Amino acid sequence: MTQAQFEIQLIAMLVAMACAIPGTFLVLRKMAMISDAISHSILPGIVIGFFVTQDISSPLLVVLAALCGVLTVMLVEWIQKTGLVKEDTAIGLVFPALFSIGVIMIARNANDVHLDVDAVLLGELAFAPFDRFIIGEYDLGPKALWVIGSILTLSVTLLGLFFKELKISTFDPQLATALGFSPLLIHHGLMTLASVTTVGAFDAVGAVLVVGLMIAPPATAYLLTDDLKKMLGLAVCFGAFSAIAGYWLAHFLDASIAGAITTVLGFVFFTVFLIAPGKGWLSVWHRRRRQRLEVSLLTFLLHLHNHKDVEERKVGHLREHINWQKVRAKSVLSLALNNNMVTIEGDVVSLTSKGWKFANEAIEHISSDKTTAIESMKDEFFLFRA
Amino acid sequence: MNLPEYFSLVFTDYTLRTITLGTALLGAICGMLGSFAVLRKQSLLGDAISHAALPGIALAFILFQSKDSSVLLTGALVSGLAGTFWIRSITQNTRLKSDTALGLVLSLFFGFGMLLLTFIQKQPNANQAGLEKYLFGQAATLVASDVWLMAGVTGVSFCVMSIFWKEFKVLLFDPEYTLTLGFNTKFIDILMTSFMVLAIVLGLQTVGVVLMSAMLLAPAAAARQWTDRLWVMVTLAAVFGALSGILGTAISAGYDNLSTGPVIVLVAAVFVFLSFVFAPRRGLLARRIGFIRNRNDLHLHKTLSFMYEIAKSHEDHSHPHSLRLFNEFRGFSKKSLRKLEVQGWITFDSRQWSLTDEGFHKAANLYNQNVEKP
Repeated sequence: MTQAQFEIQLIAMLVAMACAIPGTFLVLRKMAMISDAISHSILPGIVIGFFVTQDISSPLLVVLAALCGVLTVMLVEWIQKTGLVKEDTAIGLVFPALFSIGVIMIARNANDVHLDVDAVLLGELAFAPFDRFIIGEYDLGPKALWVIGSILTLSVTLLGLFFKELKISTFDPQLATALGFSPLLIHHGLMTLASVTTVGAFDAVGAVLVVGLMIAPPATAYLLTDDLKKMLGLAVCFGAFSAIAGYWLAHFLDASIAGAITTVLGFVFFTVFLIAPGKGWLSVWHRRRRQRLEVSLLTFLLHLHNHKDVEERKVGHLREHINWQKVRAKSVLSLALNNNMVTIEGDVVSLTSKGWKFANEAIEHISSDKTTAIESMKDEFFLFRA
Repeated sequence: MNLPEYFSLVFTDYTLRTITLGTALLGAICGMLGSFAVLRKQSLLGDAISHAALPGIALAFILFQSKDSSVLLTGALVSGLAGTFWIRSITQNTRLKSDTALGLVLSLFFGFGMLLLTFIQKQPNANQAGLEKYLFGQAATLVASDVWLMAGVTGVSFCVMSIFWKEFKVLLFDPEYTLTLGFNTKFIDILMTSFMVLAIVLGLQTVGVVLMSAMLLAPAAAARQWTDRLWVMVTLAAVFGALSGILGTAISAGYDNLSTGPVIVLVAAVFVFLSFVFAPRRGLLARRIGFIRNRNDLHLHKTLSFMYEIAKSHEDHSHPHSLRLFNEFRGFSKKSLRKLEVQGWITFDSRQWSLTDEGFHKAANLYNQNVEKP
């Protein structure tokens, strides 16, 4: 591994970590799309800054771009406050307009400006090590490393100082107001931090992928934990892992580093989305199926409980009567058999004493409108344990 | 080339005519379908879908080694739909909210698409130039067959919309009620979304991935301000969209180095701005005027009721009083007194005012007291 490779990975990792921190709060506050808006609408700020300084890594660019980001948030809020359109429409109106202005400014001056629109969308991490921060004779490493390093330090410091305030205002803005600190101030602080982080990351990974780095790691973490601290930690880890893995994927495919990082993020999210315990797609699917089966079983037992005549309890008749698909009827019947709720003699189904007890209790709960109590009955009767 | 020159050329010049027709059609279909997106609070879905279409374009190129726009757009359609269904699945099966799902799909698909595009670029044999145009769109690449395709899709979606108008409408405003009525809401929903994806995919070539969402939203958001009726809104949105397309093309044709997509988006933004300000009833200006008028009325009524309280204590309620009585009362001004006089509610006689019969009656009834006219 050459020094440049090491530096690229370090930058990518720091960018991912810096994005994950404000991203976590954006995801929790249901404002994820604001990051998309900011990442696009800072373009005019960058272009104007570049026209003025003719230097792509001048601090003025960062300042102007961050101002643009804050302006976007304020515009969105203002439009929303007029009540003419809903919040999401307000976002969708503001950022394409600002982005268009940026694109037109670049295009109009395309000949004498070294600023490529593709680079704006994509960023180019591979060139970051060439732009070095040199004071006198000393080479202090790539400029990007310093920029993103200070942004990360800033985020971590602010997070440490205002963790409690952030937490309360995110989950309970009313309580935050009652306790005497303004959720609005916290909100604007967070937005400013998100803008600054976006600008810092923008140079390295481009407009669209900043969004990926901000949203994907926290979203993945949110599927795994309920604890805010753990969620932050997991998000930072997912971000850092994807940055490193993405770099090597890009290395082997000889393709865009930022694209590869996002692809890894997508892969990680998809995996967790499928298999996350309790909240993943598979367990949700399984739970829903089980609940359907349970309801069917209850219906079935109650039906048997109601019909004492042998004629009404024939297998074929039951299927017709309750009108289930054949497969489901079979699985309900076998579940009932496994739990010793029913017996089959010939083709007649009858409740066992355990089945009677279960059905009786269930009827009592239903008629006394305590349907939630049926949940605890499942444990009592060892349902699904067989 | 200036605007009059452009309009004289539009009818004779093949390229100009094709591009203008194409962007106008695109604007119309986007406005039409965007209205539903805006009203269903799915405004940002368009943004996500247009980004999600990118890997489809790249994959279609890798698989079929063809740059034919119909092949690439089919790929875009497939991956756009895949993105849409993933968003749906995320919001339905996990606790992630729709904004997170949108942002996720948007960036993850786009990133993957970027990976594929850069991967294609490095392939030695691939003739890949031109794939990037889908990022920002290039209206200049539109040819007659593209316009026919757009016209076809516009026609089909118009027919579908007319057939399912009632269903669309009821689903839009009351989804639960629609379900209880026995409509297959899932089918209507998927139909509506699919046409939105189709419109977005069509627009990719013209305005590109990044700006597509504005094409969908801006005309609809502008149209929304002028009316409360759905069909008027849809029609207006289509007109605004088509006008944005035509004007945007005209302006960008007039200058060098002015890409069509961003100009169209900015023209649409101007429509939105004008609608926000000048729309009757909902518009900011109308609202401001209404506010001022209400305030003036309030001042007038306040003064009148103050006079009424004084006049009530006299048997003859048109008994003249001096203006000095108002010294402690701040609700009146020379202007409001003059207005009251013009209305015929008071009369003036050398710095003395008196309520007229009509004014007394008006004041007595100000707060709905239903006092009989004398």
